[in-house]
Amino acid sequence: MSAATNPVSQAVVWLNDPLNWTNPGGILDRLGEHVSISAAAVLVGCLVAWPLGLWLGHTGRGGGLVVLVSNLTLAVPTLALLTILPLTFLGFGRPAVVVALAVFAVPPLLANAYTGVRQVDPQTREAARGMGMTGAQVLRRVELPLAVPYLAAGFRTAAVQVVATAALATFVNGGGLGEIIRFGFGLSIAVGGGQILAGGLLVAGLAVSVELLFAFVERLVTPRPLRRVRRRAGRRAADAVAGS
Amino acid sequence: MSFRLSYRADPGNPWFSWQYVRDNSETVLNALREHTTLTLRAVLIAALIAVPLAVVAYWFRPLTGPILALTGVLYTVPSLALFAFVAPYLGIGVATVLSVVVLYALLVIVRNTVAGLNQVPAEVREAAEGMGYGRWGRLLRIELPLALPGILTGLRLATVSTVALVTVGVVIGRGGLGQIIFAGFQNNLYKAQIMTGTLLCVLLALVLDLLLVGAGRLLTPWLRGRTG
Repeated sequence: MSAATNPVSQAVVWLNDPLNWTNPGGILDRLGEHVSISAAAVLVGCLVAWPLGLWLGHTGRGGGLVVLVSNLTLAVPTLALLTILPLTFLGFGRPAVVVALAVFAVPPLLANAYTGVRQVDPQTREAARGMGMTGAQVLRRVELPLAVPYLAAGFRTAAVQVVATAALATFVNGGGLGEIIRFGFGLSIAVGGGQILAGGLLVAGLAVSVELLFAFVERLVTPRPLRRVRRRAGRRAADAVAGS
Repeated sequence: MSFRLSYRADPGNPWFSWQYVRDNSETVLNALREHTTLTLRAVLIAALIAVPLAVVAYWFRPLTGPILALTGVLYTVPSLALFAFVAPYLGIGVATVLSVVVLYALLVIVRNTVAGLNQVPAEVREAAEGMGYGRWGRLLRIELPLALPGILTGLRLATVSTVALVTVGVVIGRGGLGQIIFAGFQNNLYKAQIMTGTLLCVLLALVLDLLLVGAGRLLTPWLRGRTG
């Protein structure tokens, strides 16, 4: 108990207590909630953003819409969306949280899908046309495969962002690892400092792991000759999300 | 007086209520004031750190990667986790909110400032050198003014995201307008209160953004004809 004044050693003590992991509402429970909420949100985001982004990119229209969507979501606080959606027909509970998080997953997914199709060499597209492909065939057989690295980059950005944002679900009692932090703050810093810090480490660790995991996936789905060039392009597409 | 009575007769749970705004104007205005000052201070501090950092990254090329990577890592850490890291040391107060928000704003400003500086054409730089400008003179008289559009883009993005981010401060009870939103949520999902907080947040972001756009137009008169 002598080390209890230092938040770091408090956090180490807290993380080393097996009950904190296995108790109901412990770390493992919260981690499961966090991952399942995030996965559902990213899935919903993909289902909405990818078809729309691919189609907009294919027709070459709607670039302004893509920027508008990302700018709008930048200005709306996550907390506001998390508290407003339960008031609508979605009702209080997990679906509202998932939809709120999905809204924040849409901009990177949309922008990258759009950019991915737009960056296809016009000559390639014309060659496909010349071979007698219809518009849908060009999209499915030429543009979509060439856009896959961009889709992967957008997926990574969205997944990391959703995992980070899901920590805020605790404010609307949505579960997730954020609960650990908020509970710690409820105990006051003197008592819960270690738990707060431990919760922060868990949330940050999860976000970084997701980032690394999907960076690896992104590399896997990018054909080798494209890897060096693609990397920079992916960053640029991600920047487009930030509205610049 | 009559509409007041009719309101009392049917309080309900409307999406928006002027009655709520009037009855709680003091609380709402206080929250708005706190939110605004927090945002302005955060962006100012972030700019004072980020612009020199960007200049260092611009002058010493090998440092560009590490500086951008460091700010990028800070950006990957979820905001709530950052609060959790800072709060045990800085305590429950404005300092904690301010430092978290500043850390987030850094990346956007640094990245855009570096981009702005890199956009300065090489001929311009060489011409300035030929005219006898030293490193500092060139930076202050030529490169920074030419990088202003990039810097302003960074400031705009940082301001808008900071307005949204300050609301996370509710975790330590210093969330500005987030406090109003959260209280509305706890207040049996009182819609008017939640919407008032949200609308003010979005409006604040919009107003600050427009102010920065206006300042940008004043500061870069040479761009006015071109981009109209």
